[in-house]
Amino acid sequence: MLRAKHDTGLVFFPAFDWAISPTHPEREERLLYTQDQVLEEGLLDIDGIVELKPDPVNLRDVQRVHFCVPDPWAVMTESHFISAGGAKTIGMAVCDGRVKRGFALVRPPGHHANRMVHGARGFCNVNIEAIMIEVLRRAYGIDRVAIVDTDCHHGDGTQDIYWHDPDTLFISIHQDGRTLYPGSGFLHEMGGPNAVGTTINIPLPPYTSEEGFLYAIEKLVLPILEEFKPQLVVNSAGQDNHYSDPITNMNFSAQGYARLTELLAPDIAVLEGGYAIEGALPYVNAGIILALAGLDYRHLKEPDYDPRRMRQNREITRWIQQVGDKVLEQWSRRRQLGEQVRQQAACGRRQRTIFYDTDNIHESQDETVRVCPDCAGALRIESTADRSGRVLAVHIPRKACAACRETAYHWFEAADPKHFEHIFLQDRPKDTYINQAPRERDP
Amino acid sequence: MIIGLDVGGTHTDVVLIGEKGIANAIKVPTETSDLFGTILESLTRITQGIDPGTINRAVLSTTLTTNAIVQRKTAPVGMLVAGGPGIDPDYFRTGEHYYSVAGAMDHRGREIEPIDAEQIRQVGQRLKAAGIRLVGVVGKFSVRNPQHELAMGRLLEADFDRVFYGHRFSGQLNFPRRIATTYLNAAVAPIHQDFFEAVQKSLQRQGLGTPIRLLKPDGGNMRFAASLDCPAQTILSGPAASVMGAVASAAKDQQTLVLDIGGTTTDMAILIDGVPLLDPVGVELGGFKTLIRALRTHSIGVGGDSMVKVEADGLRVGPERIGLAMAYGGPVPTPTDAFHVLGLGEGGDCRRAREGIGEIAAALGMNLEAAAELIFETACRQILDGAAAMTARINREPVYTVHELYEDSRIAPQRMLILGGPAPQFAARLETLFDGPVQVVPRWKVANAIGAALARTTCEVALLADTQQRMATAPEENFFQEIRDGFNRRDAEQIALGLLRDKALRRGAKAEALEMELIESLEFNMVRGFHTAGKNIRVRAQVKPGLIEGYAALVGETCAVSSADILKTSADPSLGRH
Repeated sequence: MLRAKHDTGLVFFPAFDWAISPTHPEREERLLYTQDQVLEEGLLDIDGIVELKPDPVNLRDVQRVHFCVPDPWAVMTESHFISAGGAKTIGMAVCDGRVKRGFALVRPPGHHANRMVHGARGFCNVNIEAIMIEVLRRAYGIDRVAIVDTDCHHGDGTQDIYWHDPDTLFISIHQDGRTLYPGSGFLHEMGGPNAVGTTINIPLPPYTSEEGFLYAIEKLVLPILEEFKPQLVVNSAGQDNHYSDPITNMNFSAQGYARLTELLAPDIAVLEGGYAIEGALPYVNAGIILALAGLDYRHLKEPDYDPRRMRQNREITRWIQQVGDKVLEQWSRRRQLGEQVRQQAACGRRQRTIFYDTDNIHESQDETVRVCPDCAGALRIESTADRSGRVLAVHIPRKACAACRETAYHWFEAADPKHFEHIFLQDRPKDTYINQAPRERDP
Repeated sequence: MIIGLDVGGTHTDVVLIGEKGIANAIKVPTETSDLFGTILESLTRITQGIDPGTINRAVLSTTLTTNAIVQRKTAPVGMLVAGGPGIDPDYFRTGEHYYSVAGAMDHRGREIEPIDAEQIRQVGQRLKAAGIRLVGVVGKFSVRNPQHELAMGRLLEADFDRVFYGHRFSGQLNFPRRIATTYLNAAVAPIHQDFFEAVQKSLQRQGLGTPIRLLKPDGGNMRFAASLDCPAQTILSGPAASVMGAVASAAKDQQTLVLDIGGTTTDMAILIDGVPLLDPVGVELGGFKTLIRALRTHSIGVGGDSMVKVEADGLRVGPERIGLAMAYGGPVPTPTDAFHVLGLGEGGDCRRAREGIGEIAAALGMNLEAAAELIFETACRQILDGAAAMTARINREPVYTVHELYEDSRIAPQRMLILGGPAPQFAARLETLFDGPVQVVPRWKVANAIGAALARTTCEVALLADTQQRMATAPEENFFQEIRDGFNRRDAEQIALGLLRDKALRRGAKAEALEMELIESLEFNMVRGFHTAGKNIRVRAQVKPGLIEGYAALVGETCAVSSADILKTSADPSLGRH
């Protein structure tokens, strides 16, 4: 008889009645064959594996993380509430001790969604991992969290949300941004002035295979996690590093994903991308479930799997080692690098344009963070996008110091209503959210 | 006239139903070591003085195959299992004669690896040499493409009495359960066939020529001849008989909780608008998880004969049953003894009942009546807690579409129907604890046999159409058809309903009274490279569990509870109200 070594919870929400558009890759069919494989393998009958029904998230859960413009209804569908809810359900089951580990097999994905949301980017509207993590922090008093994003695309949305937070370690392993959407995730992206070093990017060259990914996990991620000592490890488990994925160029496999999961041993895994829906997802998802549960996955492989064809050449191996050396060097010097950053006068300010490829929106952001030795720093974002006027968003971080709180309230109160269509205040210590539209304030 | 027979652990209940209602009903002690004798005696007694020619239907719910499996008294079966990539199939070993062989299909039924004919022949030789006469062949994803199973069967057929094919038992995906289901069907085949052939012959000698039918755990029946292909579909039919016995009395527009309160356990089920809920996957028995369709029932260890004891944290009823109630010569106090103290007993030795409850009263430091009341109340609360746990479990089950998740189809029974020996006593008390009407099923002591008698023939069909591969398939029905351009979901539904109808008729249903419904109908655009390459259509249809036409009204009228009234009007205590 099969018995899971670790009690493992699964939320399976394939959203069989939701797609971005009829022929979009993020479609109804995406998890159909995964479901077939999971059912046919009898995974849900294994002692110690339990399937849980997702509870949709509520508005408060969303607004703890995001500024949705003009409001959440405009940028979310029911399916986003359920997808984030699937992650939340798993997270709560783990924190309640009902299961040891969990996997939210949900769609649509979330890791390209920034703190400010005007629409969908990279098939993502809201960040389902961040929504989950902030629920767990609020409900269970969890502080230090590590997110390891193993999707082939840089997890730029998650990076944006935790850019200033020294208590959240964000590590993204992805195909080099010079060769793939979203074109970011380089070594020098290390976090804001209050959190230098807790954002780590590991860009890998195209055609990296099992050897390279497992090297990154064993030699880089695990030692860094060991030092950071998170209370919770979350894996953004995208599956598009697979050799058969139609929109990426990597050479990873179901065996590799299972081994990666076994090594990383995340408390919670959340499905992100992955669009080889017949050739990869059924096998990768089954592999991740078996590995999480601590079960034998040796016989699990794709029908066309041939490890010899997927050997990575020496040049790629050398490249990856060089990236790895730099990552470790930056990690070990992070305090010193932080000091250097904070000595630059303009270090608290970021001005950028953000493109929402899925919804074809251009956004301009002007962001200011209060450089602060005591907390993540008060955050002020001015944003304009094609479809909406200028908005102001003020964020008071979870563990804000008195000075940052004061600064944030000053920003909020001093804002000229004539200037902005919306003024938002996200007060994390009080767990409140204010959306002031000019009509309401100035009748 | 119709005969319904339900073999229970202690009693076998038999009813004879005619055009005017129940003509006769009896209880015969079950002789566990001689099931055949028990069944024959029951049938002989119920037909005494009746012209056997007037009996046109006889449905049996027995424990034959269930007991054979639980007691491991089954025939040895050679299993050949083609798993391909995935979990090592050795984890699903059914016994000694189990062979993992080459051959693999993927989730759309495309061949990944061919079978190895030489390997199959060699395994066949070894099984033959070991004296094996029955084999089962099972492939992963064989319900998507059974060619490997069929090829294995062709290679083995000549050397064995019978080959059982995994894809024939269910259209559902679940390889480990398909292995177990195939194994169990093969393993009980000889005992099933021998037993019921003998029953049939004995009945024929008595002039009872109608072919017997067997009850299934999904609350439907099938002809004996049809059961030879799937004999394991007769396991665990007992709880289904009781649930079907309550169906006639159930509200057609509400949710009903059915409680069958026996001596040892209380079995519960839920009816939605008069139709019982089915288990989403299949029966579990003797450590085997199967794909055998079943009504969804839940059993807890509380009944009329449960042991009552006082523990550190208070009074507890069950789950043990040591013997009969003290009023009937048993060793320990039980809820039945409490009924006697409260004046609700039937016959028995009231003095002994008072003695037994007296011990409990002393331990609790209260008077006799108060202790009896507390026992009664505790038993009822334990039953209600069990029911709440069952509905909570059902409501926690996942759904896979946005629509279903927001539809809020939560289960919350509005009424209760009770059957089984102590039904009237329990009903009266449960009504005070439950927010809704509580009723006793008429003929509560033999309602299970009535359920068996009147259950209709049920079955299920699963159809898959893949317009990219241009095939519609229902391997379970041996159906494969090429499809034309423009084939759509409506077409698939029509085919599925047609297949279902044929199957139901083969199994013994009446054409004019088929109640068929679609239980799943999904259509997916298969998008390949930003273009729609075809449609993947999945349809499942079933004959709803229910009662045959024309009889429900004869047996369905419930009695509102007032237990005292029922007990007074009960002319024959063994049969309930007439």
